[in-house]
Amino acid sequence: MELEIHVIHYLILSTVMMFCGIYGFFTRKNLLALLISAELMLNATNINFAVFNRYLFPGHLEGHFFSLFGIAIAAAETAVAIAIIINVYRSFNKILTDDISEMKG
Amino acid sequence: MAITLQEIAFYAVAACITVFSILSVTTGKILRAATYLLFVLLGTGFIYGILGYTYLSAVQLIVYAGGIVVLYVFSILLTQSANDMKYSIRKARILSILLTCAVGAALVIFLVVTNDFALNTIPQGEELNVKEIGHALIGTGKYQFVLPFEITGVLLLACMIGAIMIARKKQ
Repeated sequence: MELEIHVIHYLILSTVMMFCGIYGFFTRKNLLALLISAELMLNATNINFAVFNRYLFPGHLEGHFFSLFGIAIAAAETAVAIAIIINVYRSFNKILTDDISEMKG
Repeated sequence: MAITLQEIAFYAVAACITVFSILSVTTGKILRAATYLLFVLLGTGFIYGILGYTYLSAVQLIVYAGGIVVLYVFSILLTQSANDMKYSIRKARILSILLTCAVGAALVIFLVVTNDFALNTIPQGEELNVKEIGHALIGTGKYQFVLPFEITGVLLLACMIGAIMIARKKQ
């Protein structure tokens, strides 16, 4: 028995996810919605790491561990980003990117 | 060629992920966007499971679906940004962004399809056992990952302290 699903199908799935994230990153103005889009992009790359590892180098584990550390680092990034967003909201009472222009050069 | 159960599962999950990721970047309500993101993350966990990486799947479910989405929902409620999604973007801008994304996605899919992958098919249903992962995570030899593992621990500690410092109330 062999795995029937071709590697390309996984890659197309992750491409769609990646470009959804990019579209959201360009169109959203709410900081939290921006972060949600970034999360989509991170997930797409993690899927790619796991798929490449499983299909092209089945004897190795590098891609698997890269995904694992990627998930951990994404969690850290989200926690800090949300802390910053909450702090910004507390200081300015605003959450849209257009309204927060104090630090614009 | 008969359709296997695994194929049905994969295509169902893939359709779910596609639909929900599109919805999560186009919906007008941010709490709904977070919910759709949760479904996308669950789907990703299933994909890892189909690949045979059940440990990674469990980590994905615990960290993302259990931790991060809850964080999102709490921060959405804390910042009351449910009403802050009413902004307008010019039609031309949306159209140009849509065009850019479509062209980029088409390019990447073209490259993926035309690239001949050296395909090693893998035995179906063979999962990576946890013993192997554990040995690779705390070994110091070649292809073993104790240093990144420890550094990730330090990073998580630092980010925890940093998040508390940033988000606490100023006296």
